[in-house]
Amino acid sequence: MIKKNCLLSLPFFLSLLLGISAKAAEIKLAVASNFAPLMQELIADFKAQYAEADVILISGSSGKLYAQIKHGAPYDIFLSADQDKPSRLVEEGLAVAGSRFTYARGQVVLWSRDPSLITSDEGVLVDGSFEKLAIANSKLAPYGQAAVEVLNKLGILQVTRNKWVQGENIAQTFQFVETGNAALGFVAKSQIWRDGRLSHGSVWLIPDDWYSPINQDAVLLKRSSHQKLAALLLDFLKQKEVRAKIASFGYQELDAENTEKQDVEE
Amino acid sequence: MWISENDWQTIALTLKLASVVTVILLLVGTPVAWWLAKTRSRFRVIVSVVVALPLVLPPTVLGFYLLIAMGPHGFLGAFTQFMGLGYWAFTFQGLVFASVLYSLPFVVQPIQNAIEAVGERPVEVAKTLGASSMDAFFTVVLPLAKPGFITAAILGFAHTVGEFGVILMIGGNIPEETRVVSVQIYEHVESLDYSNAHALSAVMLGFSFIVLLLLYSLKPKYRVSAFYGSGR
Repeated sequence: MIKKNCLLSLPFFLSLLLGISAKAAEIKLAVASNFAPLMQELIADFKAQYAEADVILISGSSGKLYAQIKHGAPYDIFLSADQDKPSRLVEEGLAVAGSRFTYARGQVVLWSRDPSLITSDEGVLVDGSFEKLAIANSKLAPYGQAAVEVLNKLGILQVTRNKWVQGENIAQTFQFVETGNAALGFVAKSQIWRDGRLSHGSVWLIPDDWYSPINQDAVLLKRSSHQKLAALLLDFLKQKEVRAKIASFGYQELDAENTEKQDVEE
Repeated sequence: MWISENDWQTIALTLKLASVVTVILLLVGTPVAWWLAKTRSRFRVIVSVVVALPLVLPPTVLGFYLLIAMGPHGFLGAFTQFMGLGYWAFTFQGLVFASVLYSLPFVVQPIQNAIEAVGERPVEVAKTLGASSMDAFFTVVLPLAKPGFITAAILGFAHTVGEFGVILMIGGNIPEETRVVSVQIYEHVESLDYSNAHALSAVMLGFSFIVLLLLYSLKPKYRVSAFYGSGR
């Protein structure tokens, strides 16, 4: 009896496997980890509009995803955490020229898990009354670069340096503060902002003009076999309601001009 | 392909970390291995499993737990703070502690196998000749089990040099404190600085090759395979 069941299940598994590959359209979307949770939600909205689409998320650091794409990873879309890597891919002929646009603009904030440590300004940072300051590695993460610019503007870049603990990306930096190992740190607003408000702890919302914009760009990849559907998904990210939703999760409000194509000269 | 001053710094720190860890591992691992080789306690299996866990656990799991445990809300953090040692995340001491846990099986198992291979008889003979337990250990077991100790030291050292995931999780990338070679290579790769990554990776590859060459060219009687006793 058991044996018979096994035999019956073999064709079942085969059909399962074939079924997956036979599905109409499947987009593989490589996304920078910091945007992955929000993208997951946006995909649900996208599917509500275009039922036939199936989107698979691959999340990782932009550097890793870029290296994978360069070495032939079968992705259709790349949502990077910076502008550099998508524009490199366009230059290298791996991404569709003219498809690059800014889908989100990150904001860096000073955050602590302690609800009373930060009093909505730079006070505690200038006082220096803390032991460890978490900051993303400025060589690797645009948020780290932004944090360095803010410290520089305050004139405390050098005096705080021996208190830095560096995360290799913004997720790890957040982890250092969230676990209490660092009293405060420069994290992405999107990590502590839910539906338009602070989720927990205390925060200093840094003025946008204190650091260079953290533009996150998307591109359509040339080797995609679903160019049309992938382009549809990219257009979806430019919709007004979608942009509003992205902003409510801790990104800067993008005005229409930012979604203009940036590689028109090509 | 030149190695910059910063890169040399990470190499020096890595060698310092591996040396300290190896010494501690031999001191801590030997009694554990001895106990595992001799005991008939029903806790033997549990202790063996705990020692072997780092072999199968992803380093990020160990690193993540350590990060939580070492913080102000964790039991290790509470303990080190109570002892007046501060919190250990992002410190050299913290890396030493984590590396000892992480490389423990690579030291305990070869020593345990070597002690088991020596067997009861030489110890019993020594005791009938009037040696104390300590005496018997240092004058009989230790010389006979020497190959196991050498294997353990080399593996413990090499494994600590190659450590990455745990250090990435609890290190905080601080120059001359927690920025070791593997983390530096990772940073070079992630910032697309492939030429520096190549240079430093080549150093690591050369080092690992030489260490294993050393291990495998030990005289056969000195060679104890890492996880299976040779003389049983």
